[in-house]
Amino acid sequence: MAEVKELVKELVDKYGRERKNLLPVLQGIHLETNYLSKEAMLEVAKQMDLSAAEIYGTASFYSFLDTKADGKYKIRVCKSITCEMAGKSEIIRTLEDMLKVKVGETTEGKRFSLLETNCLGLCDQGPAMLINEEFYTQLTPAKVRKILGEYIRNKY
Amino acid sequence: MAEQVKLNIDGVDVQVEKGQSILDAAKKVNIRIPTLCHHEDLCVAGNCRVCVVEQEGKNTLTPSCATPAEEGMVIKTSTPKVRRARKDLMALLVSEHNTQCTTCYRSTNCELQDLAAEYNVDNNIYLSVLKENLEIDKSSWSIEKDDSKCIRCQRCVRTCAELQHVNALAVTERGRDMRISTFMHLPMNEIVCTNCGQCITHCPTGALTERRYYDEIWEAIDDPEKHVVINTAPSVRVALGEMLGFPVGTRVTGKMVTALKKMGFDSVLDTDFSADLTIIEEANELLVRLKDALVHKKDVALPMITSCSPGWVKFIEHMYPEHLAHLSSCKSPQQMFGALTKTYYAEKKGIDPSKIVSVAGMPCAAKKYEANRPEMRDSGYHDVDAGLTTREIGHMIKQSGINFLELEDSEFDSIMGESTGAGVIFGATGGVMEAALRTAYFVITGRPVPFDNLNITPVRGLKGIKETSIKFENCLPEYSFLEGVEAKFAIAHGLINARQIMDQIVAGESPYHFIEIMACPGGCIGGGGQPIPTNDEIRKKRIQAIYDEDMNKPIRMSHENPEIIKIYEDFLEKPLGEKSHHLLHTKYRKRKRY
Ligand code: SF4
Ligand code: SF4
Ligand code: SF4
Ligand code: FES
Ligand code: FES
Repeated sequence: MAEVKELVKELVDKYGRERKNLLPVLQGIHLETNYLSKEAMLEVAKQMDLSAAEIYGTASFYSFLDTKADGKYKIRVCKSITCEMAGKSEIIRTLEDMLKVKVGETTEGKRFSLLETNCLGLCDQGPAMLINEEFYTQLTPAKVRKILGEYIRNKY
Repeated sequence: MAEQVKLNIDGVDVQVEKGQSILDAAKKVNIRIPTLCHHEDLCVAGNCRVCVVEQEGKNTLTPSCATPAEEGMVIKTSTPKVRRARKDLMALLVSEHNTQCTTCYRSTNCELQDLAAEYNVDNNIYLSVLKENLEIDKSSWSIEKDDSKCIRCQRCVRTCAELQHVNALAVTERGRDMRISTFMHLPMNEIVCTNCGQCITHCPTGALTERRYYDEIWEAIDDPEKHVVINTAPSVRVALGEMLGFPVGTRVTGKMVTALKKMGFDSVLDTDFSADLTIIEEANELLVRLKDALVHKKDVALPMITSCSPGWVKFIEHMYPEHLAHLSSCKSPQQMFGALTKTYYAEKKGIDPSKIVSVAGMPCAAKKYEANRPEMRDSGYHDVDAGLTTREIGHMIKQSGINFLELEDSEFDSIMGESTGAGVIFGATGGVMEAALRTAYFVITGRPVPFDNLNITPVRGLKGIKETSIKFENCLPEYSFLEGVEAKFAIAHGLINARQIMDQIVAGESPYHFIEIMACPGGCIGGGGQPIPTNDEIRKKRIQAIYDEDMNKPIRMSHENPEIIKIYEDFLEKPLGEKSHHLLHTKYRKRKRY
């Protein structure tokens, strides 16, 4: 808790206390802590003198600001129309199957969070997904099993 | 004169001030353009688009509420294209709406329903995309929130931000997931919300409503064991008529009393009585504080601030928890009434207080919450068993089949039914101040307050923050410490104005001695439990009705109310006495700010 307070203070000092600086502050917290916890949002409300509802409203608007998912790896599958048509549902099913969680949930031990996101700008190569900053395109269930398998084996 | 622009709407030339919208201009020449997200009290949002019109020289339709009138514009408000667009928009809104008008509390008083009916929307153009599993949030004592009825116009969000500066509601998520919600979707009883109910009166649909208690009251009325007492607040009598066929601003006091008696209430009493009592207690409390400050040089909290608006009380508890000492310790008139109903009234009438059901008829949503505060049980029972809004009372009268328009007048019952003009004006912003000054000045100097006809006009009207001062001269000996003192007063209504007053106090720069604060714009006449719609025009008419009622009262100062004199003789003994302290005063609690 004390850490969150410090972190928010640092960011607020850096970017300023006006409302217009809310986004960089939230992004800063996200970068450090991987998501926006309830405590962090309340701390921002306090230090920037905004209502908590406003902070949550802003945070929940953006697919890339997570208020719930706190997994180390965030898998974001594009849910927009082109990827949807290209077979996104199957991709989701495969991921749900492998990770034993549903969209919006995080695996035990906070390794993976499975999320949907809006268009990633990779529409010509759909279905597409991101795992943290890495993007993966033209997905098939087999490809997903291979990619995720590697993460499970190597990357943590 | 501000710069003017001329335009033509539906063939009629109209001139308006530069900056006014096409919608404003149309209103001026009596052309009605439908709206949903627009509200006179709030900033422009321009998100619903039902106000679209055709503008010559433009291919696309123009939202009239969000477009400033310009010189030379030629506008058509009712072309086939406009009608088609509006009808289509309505059909889209309906397709995601829980269209259950037959069971909806806002039915016949709903802007969405009206427009859907007006445009005779075809229910089959679009499939219903109403989200499933939307639960109604009934966690709060005051507010019910039903997202399945929400059209996301954001009037509530703007109300809570612009009028109340609480910002309890926000737009969350986006696209088809977009909702009007709270911090992390917490239930309404767990967030920073004052229960003022302004979001309800600004909501065009049944998405936000007060939590209703009238079925319980009907049960109690029907129970021969129970003695059901109702007291009605001053603002109810000047607004209730709006729901029952009378024009805005009609006083229906006598009819209301008759109706309530016919409905089966065992006793119909007047909250104005306890408003008078509040004045006696509060004026004395102020004098004690002034004496402590001026004579004993004690460190007392000044300015003192009124505490009769429970929305305001909860606001200060959340927002300024370190400054609660400024609040008067007086309970609101509703709660004084409740505590006395189950003690003094029960004793005088020889009724077992456990058999009494005490009901408060209020213009307010916050008073429902207040009635349920754990500290409000000083009579040994639930002091107030239920709070009903003006709207609920209107519904009950309709349910009972009474022909309200033709009803004869009758008088409030006794005891606790007698009141003065000072009690009546509690309903309007500035009224508590005026009532308090009428009594305080008299107590201090032995003379009536030096205003024509006792009308302290500087404290009246709809300005957000009003100020006045009074110099005390030729004081009675016991108040000689006030000789020559010029006391300063302020009045604020709408919590955004309360915030300014409080920030001044926090900064140590408040020049005032006594401040009246009401949570709702206009005071209780504009309360969250009042008939919908409410806007400044309507507020003004209700306020006028309040002052007319005052002028018609034979007694216009609280301390001259014979029943007040009697309750001190027979029961309370003296203002701020032991019994008063126990029954009429209360404490506040610090709450979390975020
Ligand atoms: S909110 Fe209006 S349109 Fe919706 S169900 Fe209620 S009355 Fe009908
Ligand atoms: S009741 Fe008042 S404070 Fe609460 S959400 Fe509504 S407008 Fe805001
Ligand atoms: S709750 Fe009412 S006022 Fe708020 S956005 Fe929904 S419909 Fe509009
Ligand atoms: S639709 Fe999936 S990346 Fe654009
Ligand atoms: S009323 Fe004009 S856009 Fe809603």
